[in-house]
Amino acid sequence: MSDTPILKVSDLIVEFPVREGTLRPVDRVGFEVRAGEILGLVGESGAGKSMCGSAIIGLIERPGRISGGEIRLHGERIDNLPEDDMRRIRGKRIAMVFQDPLTSLNPLMTVGKQLTETIRAHLAVSSSEARSRAVALLEEVGIPAAASRIDAYPHQFSGGMRQRVVIALALAAEPELIIADEPTTALDVSVQAQIMALLKKLCRERGTAVILITHDMGVIAETTDRVAVLYAGRIAEIGPTRAVLSTPSHPYTIGLMASTPSTTGNLQQLSQIPGSMPNLRAIPKGCAFNPRCTKTISPCFKDIPILETVDGSEVACWLYDPAYKADTKEETGASQ
Amino acid sequence: MSTETQKGAEARPEFKEVVTTSTWQRWMHSDIWHSYKRSPVIIVSSLTFLVLVLGAVLSPLISPYTPFDPASLNLMNGFTKPMSANEFTGDYFLLGTDDQGRDVLSTILFGLRISLFVGVVAVLFAMTLGVVLGLVSGYVGGWVDGMIMRIADIQMTFPSIMVAMLLYGIGKGLIPPDLRDEMAIWVLIISIGLSEWVQFARTVRGATMVERQKEYVQAGNLIGLSRWSIMLRHILPNVTGPILVIATISLALAIIAEATLSFLGVGAPKTEPSLGTLINVGRQYILSGEWWILLFPSLTLLALALSVNLFGDWLRDILNPKLR
Amino acid sequence: MLAFIIRRLGQALLVLMAVGFVSFSMFKFMGDPLENMLGQEATVADRAELEERLGLNDPIIVQYFDFFERALRGDFGVSYRVGLPVGEVILDRLPATLELAFLSGVFAISLGFVLGVYTAIKRDGFLANFIMTTSLIGVSLPTFLIGVFLIWAFSVNLGWLPSFGRGETRSVFGVDLAIFTWDGLRSMILPAVTLGLYQMTLIMRLVRSEMLEVLRTDYIRFARARGLSQRTVNFGHAMKNTLVPVITVTGLQFGSIVAFAIITESVFQWPGVGLLFINAVSFVDIPVMSAYLLLVGVIFVTINLIVDLLYFTIDPRLSVSSN
Repeated sequence: MSDTPILKVSDLIVEFPVREGTLRPVDRVGFEVRAGEILGLVGESGAGKSMCGSAIIGLIERPGRISGGEIRLHGERIDNLPEDDMRRIRGKRIAMVFQDPLTSLNPLMTVGKQLTETIRAHLAVSSSEARSRAVALLEEVGIPAAASRIDAYPHQFSGGMRQRVVIALALAAEPELIIADEPTTALDVSVQAQIMALLKKLCRERGTAVILITHDMGVIAETTDRVAVLYAGRIAEIGPTRAVLSTPSHPYTIGLMASTPSTTGNLQQLSQIPGSMPNLRAIPKGCAFNPRCTKTISPCFKDIPILETVDGSEVACWLYDPAYKADTKEETGASQ
Repeated sequence: MSTETQKGAEARPEFKEVVTTSTWQRWMHSDIWHSYKRSPVIIVSSLTFLVLVLGAVLSPLISPYTPFDPASLNLMNGFTKPMSANEFTGDYFLLGTDDQGRDVLSTILFGLRISLFVGVVAVLFAMTLGVVLGLVSGYVGGWVDGMIMRIADIQMTFPSIMVAMLLYGIGKGLIPPDLRDEMAIWVLIISIGLSEWVQFARTVRGATMVERQKEYVQAGNLIGLSRWSIMLRHILPNVTGPILVIATISLALAIIAEATLSFLGVGAPKTEPSLGTLINVGRQYILSGEWWILLFPSLTLLALALSVNLFGDWLRDILNPKLR
Repeated sequence: MLAFIIRRLGQALLVLMAVGFVSFSMFKFMGDPLENMLGQEATVADRAELEERLGLNDPIIVQYFDFFERALRGDFGVSYRVGLPVGEVILDRLPATLELAFLSGVFAISLGFVLGVYTAIKRDGFLANFIMTTSLIGVSLPTFLIGVFLIWAFSVNLGWLPSFGRGETRSVFGVDLAIFTWDGLRSMILPAVTLGLYQMTLIMRLVRSEMLEVLRTDYIRFARARGLSQRTVNFGHAMKNTLVPVITVTGLQFGSIVAFAIITESVFQWPGVGLLFINAVSFVDIPVMSAYLLLVGVIFVTINLIVDLLYFTIDPRLSVSSN
């Protein structure tokens, strides 16, 4: 692993102007991804995970836009590139895998055509070379009889096979980074693990970095090296997966862990976090989590907390602020 | 990251929440009013429509001349240019006169009256018919529903203007020849009305079928309320929006259909000319240079059709974005 | 697929039966065929004899099938107005309408498609917005007004194109067509544009909205995320996927063209079946009206069938899943 990260996102803000004001689905999010590393972005739907992914690959739907922060690929800013330069990065250096393989593939075009057009968009190869590469890719992602199935249409594949095709498409031009947006959510439970294993294996072999967007803590635990927990557009907690999952610090992460069927093997009572994530139009003042939090203290209702290092990860919670830590130490049991 | 200097992150952008209290305020903050204020095109077209309606309604009062009273016509006034006085009689005509010396402005106002009358009554007729058939179809179901909907399907295969023409021909055939001119307007209204009912019926049928399943209809029946009155009271409010949209769009279609039929000589009679008839008359002077006889009625029709169409389009977008 | 075709054929036949019934009812219950054929001086015996000969005493259902049988042979009786067999009159006029409909259909589809795709891709562009606004005016414009305006502009003022009539025709396989002569083609331009303009704007708006819909789909997002060029995404992916829904409406529009030809033909005095029909309505010429209705019914049903079949060649999902 090299020292400079492949991708460095800092203070990223995504905004959507609407009639009543401006919505901010992503608010000052920052993280890094290194070569071969798998970073998880986890949170409830609407937490801003997918929007981060769209922002990185430069595909935010209008009228949304990146209104602050920067995104660097190998130290080079990519958040303000002209469309044509950004297009050359998409697929070639950063690829994306979407949630639903059924809707990700063009139904009226054979799988082979979609693969070869992607290969030829980025690499100077002849059409026959592109085709043999396509077959090789399909074999690599585990499609049986790839040479004969290459001319089939997407609807002739099963859901799991289709997602394999999508992964093959993402890998077609050997990208350095893959953003996988809920890659298994739309699949049968039985094939979810296979697809995750495949993605993990291929990326490890090639040294491809992955940003895995999911709401599933189990997947995070099994797959990722580092994890960022998002809540209402902000990072609540970020750090090495082991540290975050074994000693969660943010009350939201603690709640998430408690509501996930055991990932550590302990049989414990499942609980749920009361309430639901606020609508982007009605985020409470101060810490966005305050209405659902059981440990609120006075600053939680006034100001938005920023990230502090706690137990090997970074946490945005007033409980760990140096000024308040002393008072709350005994109650929460948190220490450095 | 550290917090030495700053307490907490910068706050999110302000988001103003609209608190509404009275009905009036709710209306002022509603999407409809907001969208109306924002679209100059819609403001202009609704005002245009208003002016045209007023002109039509008040035509007997505001027309400078009475164009269809033979006694007041002076052939000497024939072919007077717009915005000028006739060289023989000295009478002034804002939009000129036609071959008979009729004031074009007055004929337009009276023609507008006929066009709007036919359009509005035809749509009301289509709406009544459509709503009733839709209610019956959705409520009774079975073969009645099947038959009404099959007729609707078949009718929908043909463009409504052709259906209207055909119905006009049939209607004319059924009426004794000596009454044909007298009844022409009503035949026209019924033909156009019959060609536009399907959309209304389909919408109401859909809503009725949904509503029929609901408990209050069943319950109301138990306590002895007439099902029909329940249905009417509950279903009609639900379909007011869509019906309003369909009615507006149908009105534009009906106005165009009327103008077309009259233009083709199978609509309003020469004795009660509508805008379409006037355009047909004006067309004869297209080569000889009396352009105003053609131009002004055409512009009026255009303004009428366009303003209703734009308004309907906007209404549809506001009330049901899904319809597009 | 075969089952699908058979079902569609069945539906088509049902529509034709219904249209035929209306057509037959007009023929049967409106206007008195005997009076028209015998004249005022006929005796009661004459009437009875003719009634028997024409089968007017048979049960309605028998007469209905009789009507169909005669219609199949092209026998629709005699026009009240011109005194000639309706079948012959219509056959004589049909080529003029069909060639006009064909030309305006080509115009409407090609221009409508190009403009639709353009306005969808350049959604916020100035020209695209301008085209969209203009098209709304185009939809609101009555066809006859467009025709009158075009005559005023191109015939009266500029003197470039003829304002009425069909011009010179040339016989091709025994059918007189104007489209193959220079003079005829010149005469066709204004009517064809008039007739096609409304359909063109409809097709354009439909293509645009379908295209915008497709551009929002996941596979277009994915295609862009794969780094395909904007051109490939727009033309290689989005456009083809727009075709399926567009074909239905476009096909149906072609039927409307035939119907709207009534108006255009009347404006330009184009000697087709539309002009024949409108004259028939004015004169309450029932046999012509009834035959015209049946003719248009056949044309519409045929077009619907063709549209359904076209689906199979465009969407691989349909042909595969039913095999």
